[in-house]
Amino acid sequence: MLSVDVEKRFGDFSLTAKFETGSGATALFGPSGAGKTTLVNLIAGLVTPDRGRIALDDTVLFDSTARIDVPAHRRRVGYVFQEDRLFPHLNVLHNLMYGHWMSGRRADTAERDRIIDLLDIRPLLDRRPGKLSGGERQRVAIGRALLRGPRLLLLDEPLVSLDARRKAEIFPYLERLRDEARVPMVYVSHQAAEVRRIATSVVWLDDGRVKAVRGIEFLDAMRAIG
Amino acid sequence: MLDLSSDEWIAVQLSLRIAVVATLVALPFGIAIAWLLARKNFWGKALLDGLVHLPLVLPPVVTGYLLLISFGRKGPIGGFFADAFGVVFSFRWTGAALACGVMGFPLLVRAIRLSFESVDRRLEQAAATLGANRAWAFVTVTLPLALPGIIAGMVLCFARALGEFGATITFVSNIPGETQTISAAIYTFMQVPGGDAAAGRLVVVAIVIALAALIASEWLARRAGTRFHGD
Repeated sequence: MLSVDVEKRFGDFSLTAKFETGSGATALFGPSGAGKTTLVNLIAGLVTPDRGRIALDDTVLFDSTARIDVPAHRRRVGYVFQEDRLFPHLNVLHNLMYGHWMSGRRADTAERDRIIDLLDIRPLLDRRPGKLSGGERQRVAIGRALLRGPRLLLLDEPLVSLDARRKAEIFPYLERLRDEARVPMVYVSHQAAEVRRIATSVVWLDDGRVKAVRGIEFLDAMRAIG
Repeated sequence: MLDLSSDEWIAVQLSLRIAVVATLVALPFGIAIAWLLARKNFWGKALLDGLVHLPLVLPPVVTGYLLLISFGRKGPIGGFFADAFGVVFSFRWTGAALACGVMGFPLLVRAIRLSFESVDRRLEQAAATLGANRAWAFVTVTLPLALPGIIAGMVLCFARALGEFGATITFVSNIPGETQTISAAIYTFMQVPGGDAAAGRLVVVAIVIALAALIASEWLARRAGTRFHGD
C-alpha cells in the first residue's frame, strides 16, 4: 500500500496531495498541468517534497519530520517515463538487465524470460533502442522497470507519445501486467478511456489538489454528470 | 624513405612518449573538472574556469615560467613532489610532459565539458530509478554517452602536447634525449648550418603523426557514435 501526504511548491504552482492506494492499478487522473508528473517524481524520489510523508507498505520513503529521505536508487520503485528514456548506448537486453546489475540482485533468468515473453520483446534483444519503433521502445521500457524488481510501478502517461495503433498494441500488455505481475501500479493519464481500461481506482488531481479518491465507477459517474 | 638519424629518432620517440603521458595523466583531472564545470554550481566556479583556460590565452613562455617557479626543483610544488614521490620535473622529460599537459588541458576540458552538457540528464534519472547511485550512473550512462567528446578532447590535447614549444623550452630547456621534442629539434636543426635536411625529415614526421592522430580520432569517434544509432 502506498500512502502519500506531501506538499511541493514550484514558483506559482503548488501541489498538495494526500491519498492512499491499495493493490492493483491506481490511476492518477487529471488535466495536464494538474501536477501528476510532479507527484510521480516525488514518489520516485527524483524530486524532494517541501514537507510531508511518503510510505510504501511499512517502509517510509520520505518523512520531513523524521528527516528520512531514501534516495531514488534505493526506493525500489520502477518508473516508466513519458518518453521511454532507454539507454541509447546499450542494446535491449542490456537495457533490461541494467536494474539487475545496479541493484546487485541475482539474475533470475526465469523471471527475465517471463517478462520478455509477457511483453513480446524477445526478437528485439540484441538491437539498439535507436532501431526500435515507438511501441517497441515503450514495451522495453516497461520491461526494464519490471526487471528492476520494483515494489511499486509508476507509469507516467506511457502511451502519450504513441499513435492510436501503437496504443492498441500496448494496451493488452498493460492489462496483462496488472493481472499477472502482482506489482501495484500508479498509472498517470489525462484520458478517461485509458484510465477506465487499466485502473481499479482513481485519484483525481486538478490544479495541484486531490479532488477525489474513488473506485473506477467514479469516472462513469463523472461522465454522466458531464 | 625517411632515413632518420638516431638523434632524430630519439626526438620522435620522446615527443610521442611526452604527448601520450601528458594526455593520459591529464585525462582523469580533465574529466573531473569538466564534470564540475558542466554539472555543479559552486563558489569560485568562474575562477576555476578561468584558471583552466589560462594556458590557452597566456603566452606559452609565461606558462613555462610559472611552471618553473612552482614545479622547479626549488619551487614549492616541485620540491614536494621530489621529496614525497621522488618525481623531479625540472630538466626532465616528466617536466616536458607536465608542460605539455598543462598547455593541452584547456582543450581537453572544453571538449569533455561540452559532451557532458549534451548528455540527457533524464537518462541519469532513469538510471537512478533502476538502482544506480550517482557514481554508477556516471560510469555506466554519462561517461559512455560522452565518449565521442572525450576522444575529441584527448586528440586535441595530444596534438597540442605534440606541438608544444614555448612552455616546454622555458620550463625544461632543450636537452637532446631528455627534453628535446620534435618541435625543439626542428628549431635546433634550423639554427645549425646544414641542418635543413634533418629539420625537413622531422617536419614530415610531424605531419604524418598529426594526420594519423586525426584519422584515428575520426575513426574512434565514428565507432563510438554508431554504437548509439546502429546495431
